[in-house]
Amino acid sequence: MKKKTLKRFEGYAYIGIWLFGFFVLQLAPLVTSFWYSFTDFEMIGGADFIGLANYADIFKDPDFLLSLKVTFNYVLIAVPGKIIFALIIALILAQKLRGINIFRTLYYIPSILGGSVAISVLWRYLFMEGGVINNLLSVIGIQGPNWLGDPKYALGTISLVTIWQFGSSMLLFLAGIKQIPVTYYEAAEIDGASKLRKFFSITLPELSPIVLFNVVMQMINAFQEFTPAYVITNGGPLKSTYLYGLMLYETGFEFFHMGYASALSWILFAIIIAFTLVIFKFSELHVHYGDE
Amino acid sequence: MLKKKNSALIVSYIILIVLAYVMIYPLLWMVGASFKSNAEIFSTVGLLPKEPVFGAFKAGWEGTGRYGFSTYLINSFELVLPTVLFTVISGILIGYGFARFDFPLKKFWFAIMLSTLMLPSTVIIIPRYIYFKQLGWLDSYMPFWIPALLGCTTFFNYMFIQFFRGLPLELDESAKLDGCNSFRILIQILLPLCKSAIFSAIVFQFVWIWNDFLNTLIYVSSVVKYPVSLGLRMSMDIATEFDWNQIMAMSLISILPPVIIFFAAQKYFVEGIATTGMKN
Repeated sequence: MKKKTLKRFEGYAYIGIWLFGFFVLQLAPLVTSFWYSFTDFEMIGGADFIGLANYADIFKDPDFLLSLKVTFNYVLIAVPGKIIFALIIALILAQKLRGINIFRTLYYIPSILGGSVAISVLWRYLFMEGGVINNLLSVIGIQGPNWLGDPKYALGTISLVTIWQFGSSMLLFLAGIKQIPVTYYEAAEIDGASKLRKFFSITLPELSPIVLFNVVMQMINAFQEFTPAYVITNGGPLKSTYLYGLMLYETGFEFFHMGYASALSWILFAIIIAFTLVIFKFSELHVHYGDE
Repeated sequence: MLKKKNSALIVSYIILIVLAYVMIYPLLWMVGASFKSNAEIFSTVGLLPKEPVFGAFKAGWEGTGRYGFSTYLINSFELVLPTVLFTVISGILIGYGFARFDFPLKKFWFAIMLSTLMLPSTVIIIPRYIYFKQLGWLDSYMPFWIPALLGCTTFFNYMFIQFFRGLPLELDESAKLDGCNSFRILIQILLPLCKSAIFSAIVFQFVWIWNDFLNTLIYVSSVVKYPVSLGLRMSMDIATEFDWNQIMAMSLISILPPVIIFFAAQKYFVEGIATTGMKN
């Protein structure tokens, strides 16, 4: 009998490390940061409860509102840009072309490099005032703008790093397209459906769960983007690239306002949850699951 | 009809080739720039250097400060390799546990684990930093190794769960009849079949940790322990326009390990993505 009870719990021997990790490195930090957000914790000294003071201060902070605006803009440029690129290229590659493996690999390479400092450094060289891009433009007689020095262009230039990494989403879409039964298309062909019609009536609906998943994950990442804004522009010029992740880092790890930074992180968390819910709500109307 | 199809094909190829060139151009330029002289680097538009110079690699490698690039490179491996190893071990154990055992609250824990996939890391980064500081782990690689050992990157757990679920149950059952315990079944029977999942995990985690900048910035503070991410940024900050080609040469070296790993394991890696159906 005793042995049988033990047997029932055998799985815990394997997932035990995860359970421990979850409690100690995920749940406890989550609760702690929630608590910190109501305190004046500053690394040195204790954490005294100050109620909603951090949150009240944050909403009066012009930097917060500015950073929020910059971050929304970034998310709205980078995420759709990446997903749309990934989708279009996946559709082209899904035709049975020769050499598809080469293209697939070439498009994927930026995704394995994109987050690194090396690429941020490279971006600076490409887009600085006398940099590579402007040199190329001058060959065809165009005077390029100061991509990183002009607040009008800086955020777009940084978003390009993200869009450049569309390869990972593309691979997923490609795998998804391959799963769509050929018979669907054959039936549509008999009905005389156009290419565009086939895309909107078959491909997109069948692919929608993968697209949904990608949009949500990319959005979560984009809201927390840090490296390019820090290395390429350091938030400038005129804070036009002052992403939320950068503000969080500065507040928490340069000025050590840990209580305030925790409150900032919870506001970001709330925004991400709200966005996710809106996307899921929207998707109820548009996402199609095969077994329905 | 055939003609129409052909021209559509040609248009597709033109789009693919132009796009591939645009995407890879920055990297090609990086390679070329590492061999250009500093006078040439921004004065010409060609990719190939007119008069190749090879000093950039040597100068960059030796570094301008007390530590050269070789130090950062070794540090990066010291940080990344154990992290990758621990990730694979924990992923296999957790994946096996969830995929092959029935235990009380299993569904509950599985749901919790999946939900952590969407937990933004910025929300927990401050308390984690405080814990690690109290444990005396700041300025070491423990903040990277230990979370990996405890399976804190949900993505990999999920990948292994999905992979184990795809392996036929008969394998386990026949071994069980022969009197194998569950650990031996895992090691001797299932593990040899897990190659593609293991390779995918290695590639993903290697690339992610190698490229990780924020965590290294927060946790590693002394220059002697800097991985390439921090070393490169420091070199860039102190660089003058006389060092442009050096910076590019070092950037190039720093992206080589992930690229090599990717190409070495490419076959397994693509399979791995297909089985999980996810990757951010």
